[in-house]
Amino acid sequence: MERLQFRFDGGSRVAAASDACLVGVVASGNLEVLIEPAPQTDACAIEIRTAANGFGDVWQAVMTDFFERHRVGGIRISINDAGATPAIVSLRLDQAIEEFTRRDPA
Amino acid sequence: MQSYYEATARERIAGILDPGSWHEILPPTARTLSPHLKALDLPVAFDDGVVIGSGALEGLPVLVAAQEGGFMGGAVGEVQGAKIVGLFERAKAARVAGVVLLLETGGVRLQEANAGLIAVSEVIRAICATRVRGIPVVAAIGGKFGCFGGMGIAAGCCTSIVMSEEGRLGLSGPEVIETAHGVEEFDSLDRALVWRTVGGKHRFLLGDCATLVDDRQPAFRSALAQAVRTGEELELASLEREQRTLDERLERFGAYTDGEDIWRDLGFDKPANVPLLATDALIALSKRLRAA
Amino acid sequence: MSAEGPPQGANYSPHGGSAAAELVNEAASGGAAHYARTAPPRIWNKRVQRRALRLERAATRLGARLTGKLVDADAIVALLEEAIEPADRVCIEGNNQKQADFLARALTAVDRGRVYDLHIVQSVLALPEHLDVFERGIASRLDFSFSGPQAARLAKLAGNGQIAIGAIHTYLELFGRYFIDLTPDVALVAAQAADREGNLYTGPNTEDTPVIAEATAFKNGLVIAQVNELIDVLPRIDIPSDWVDFVVQSPTPHYIEPLFTRDPAMISEIQVLMAMMAIKGIYAEYGVDRLNHGIGFDTAAIELLLPTYAESLGLRGKICRYWALNPHPTLIPAIEAGFVESVHSFGSELGMEDYIRARPDIFFTGSDGSMRSNRAFCQTAGHYACDMFIGSTLQIDLAGNSSTATLGRIAGFGGAPNMGSDARGRRHATHAWLTAGREAHRGNGAAPRGRKLVVQMVETFREHMEPAFVERLDAWDLAESANMALPPIMIYGDDVTHILTEEGIANLLLCRDDDEREQAIRGVAGYTAVGLSRDRVAVAKLRQRGVIRRAEDLGIDKRDATRDLLAARSIKDLVRASGGLYQPPKRFRNW
Repeated sequence: MERLQFRFDGGSRVAAASDACLVGVVASGNLEVLIEPAPQTDACAIEIRTAANGFGDVWQAVMTDFFERHRVGGIRISINDAGATPAIVSLRLDQAIEEFTRRDPA
Repeated sequence: MQSYYEATARERIAGILDPGSWHEILPPTARTLSPHLKALDLPVAFDDGVVIGSGALEGLPVLVAAQEGGFMGGAVGEVQGAKIVGLFERAKAARVAGVVLLLETGGVRLQEANAGLIAVSEVIRAICATRVRGIPVVAAIGGKFGCFGGMGIAAGCCTSIVMSEEGRLGLSGPEVIETAHGVEEFDSLDRALVWRTVGGKHRFLLGDCATLVDDRQPAFRSALAQAVRTGEELELASLEREQRTLDERLERFGAYTDGEDIWRDLGFDKPANVPLLATDALIALSKRLRAA
Repeated sequence: MSAEGPPQGANYSPHGGSAAAELVNEAASGGAAHYARTAPPRIWNKRVQRRALRLERAATRLGARLTGKLVDADAIVALLEEAIEPADRVCIEGNNQKQADFLARALTAVDRGRVYDLHIVQSVLALPEHLDVFERGIASRLDFSFSGPQAARLAKLAGNGQIAIGAIHTYLELFGRYFIDLTPDVALVAAQAADREGNLYTGPNTEDTPVIAEATAFKNGLVIAQVNELIDVLPRIDIPSDWVDFVVQSPTPHYIEPLFTRDPAMISEIQVLMAMMAIKGIYAEYGVDRLNHGIGFDTAAIELLLPTYAESLGLRGKICRYWALNPHPTLIPAIEAGFVESVHSFGSELGMEDYIRARPDIFFTGSDGSMRSNRAFCQTAGHYACDMFIGSTLQIDLAGNSSTATLGRIAGFGGAPNMGSDARGRRHATHAWLTAGREAHRGNGAAPRGRKLVVQMVETFREHMEPAFVERLDAWDLAESANMALPPIMIYGDDVTHILTEEGIANLLLCRDDDEREQAIRGVAGYTAVGLSRDRVAVAKLRQRGVIRRAEDLGIDKRDATRDLLAARSIKDLVRASGGLYQPPKRFRNW
């Protein structure tokens, strides 16, 4: 297992009252994405635990593109990955952020 | 997601409980991770593969545990077991109409060997203790991974079981039997054989599951609600009745080697067609045969 | 026959020059009369004589175990020992699906002192026995098309010199050589049934039997058939008895592999997304009406999206009406929804027999109601009469070459290169073909000509994070290590018109030079190393020009790409869609 951390600044805060949300399952070739509000910061902090070692640069690229797509801040994203492809990772991230912001009462 | 079979544990809870009624205990944000998996450097899940909490089932206050088959085949480890046992503890204190178990599991998580075994035995004890207090415990089985191993016993201890045709219930899983006794004894790749041995229809015809439903979430929902409403109390008379039924069953079917033999004995003219019958048709036909 | 014929070895090759020139040569060396005096007369019917000798030998050895053409099963090894001679060219019917397994097993049991050094010509190496004959020293040379299940062992045997591989062919190419320079001396074929005369009924899995039997029988070889049953009156005759020399009833029915059954339960959301992009970005765009699909889950997803997504785009009756395709169970919902007019098949598929029988307007069926599936004709149809081939691959390089070869596995091609190549001999026009041709030739002043759409559809990463896009195909290393004349490239880059991934569609027809082509490929290669090292500015420009199109450029909302769009989500759904006519093999059931 490999642990990776990324942090992106400059995104706009999601309103504070959002509940946490979880998307996906830690099944082979899949992953779970947990998004929680982190109201004390503007950053988008991402922590990943992945079963596929040695793909740090791919994760970096996937996360950078994700942040560019949504530019959200004030959140903490935690991922448990069981060898998902970048396509699945991007899809789950998009689904999670959509659900997270939809729940946003603001 | 209409299919129960395809749904995740969380999607099943959403599909079965009244909207807005769900309250999760130890949600993913609590990060109750398996220390064993972490120590073994294996993937972990924030809920350790089981979702527990309270909600309303057609208005009935219930406690629910849903296993996630996708995570390690739904195998039970120490944390997962403790979450389920804890839910039954809650049943003592809270006023609930029943406990609903959405089971999907291969049994004990091998990586957690003894801790997992103990966890499963504790779950079994908790099920019985809850029933003794007059609270029905109903199980649903209709996921990809079936319900096997110690949790197969746990399912058997429940007040009643709701299954779909796709569901499977047994002790040793097909692959385990094949590994232990050889492919001539049981070919685990012969899926038709697997299903006519442990599949939902066979379990229904044998009387192991009380209700057979189509693989649709609303069908599971109403069958589970009905099972909670009509759940029979656990008492000596009912146990003795069940024992007699099992003795008779062994006497009548014990020499058969294939599900089809049993179906023929039950009165089905064309046992080979049983797997192709629609759920409604099968239920109606078996009712007629029982009455005859 | 003629005493005036030139002797063997004389320079009398018909391609050596014009007839006049040869006459001159002949005159210069003394004329025909001279040969007639000095050389022994050429025998013109050696194959006929040889054949008669073998038949006689077999009759003597088998005695009462041979009745007419019918051979007792326990005499089969003896028959092969008499019928086959050392260094013979032997064709074992190994198809994609149907296998002459009993005869293949018998061939491994012949006396190596009598039968050896065989040259095996065979389209598919599917069974262990197909390689056992090499391991046991019975055969030494091999020409074939596909070896999927035996690919690793084949690579090993080729590596240590136990098999000399002539070439890896496409099906049509190998069939062609059966009539040119690889004509079998003995063919071991499989059929469903025979009558007592030796007429054969192939059943729905006709496959290679007609082409093998014809090539062998009409060059005075021997045709030996294994059948599942002997019956008095055949449902229909697929191979007439005078092409068949011996018939043996196999103790167990021949093996058939269900190769084309894809369980809809295994189709991912990403595959649904790619299928939506294919339908909207290619099928609708070109009006693809006559086509062939590969056998993967990617194309199964397209089939299952026709009655839902394609229907919602109003495409019924406008796309996907005519197919060269095995009877894919996943096509059932589209057929039932009225999308499909006609399907001609390379072979059948287990469990589809009753469904096919009940849909004779769609499938090619005999007077008996069952399908006939002559692979040679379907391959021809796929090459010449289809406007599109779409299928998956394992690796694509920067030139668009694609390959399913990986190190340590010689898997071969099968029919994909016949489908996945522009038919340069094609002379009939259709809308899709002309549209692609216009894009390809963009006003370069050449005479109008169409182009077949050849689409490679891949996820950028396969399982275990294996990238589908690479700088260099494994095929090159394989060619070096196995001493092949050519790297085993499945589809050449200059035949590929579109590459479709979850990131987008690259239209290679619109690329003006090799650099653009490379950036178009990098531009859909996702997060692979090839994709990450794209020139972002160049890719943005290609996207502006519509050379690269993303899902959003096609008006596709990725959130709509869920499994709920599939017309069937399980094998059971397919059974339901077929009205109970489809009977899936037991291994695909979960009930």
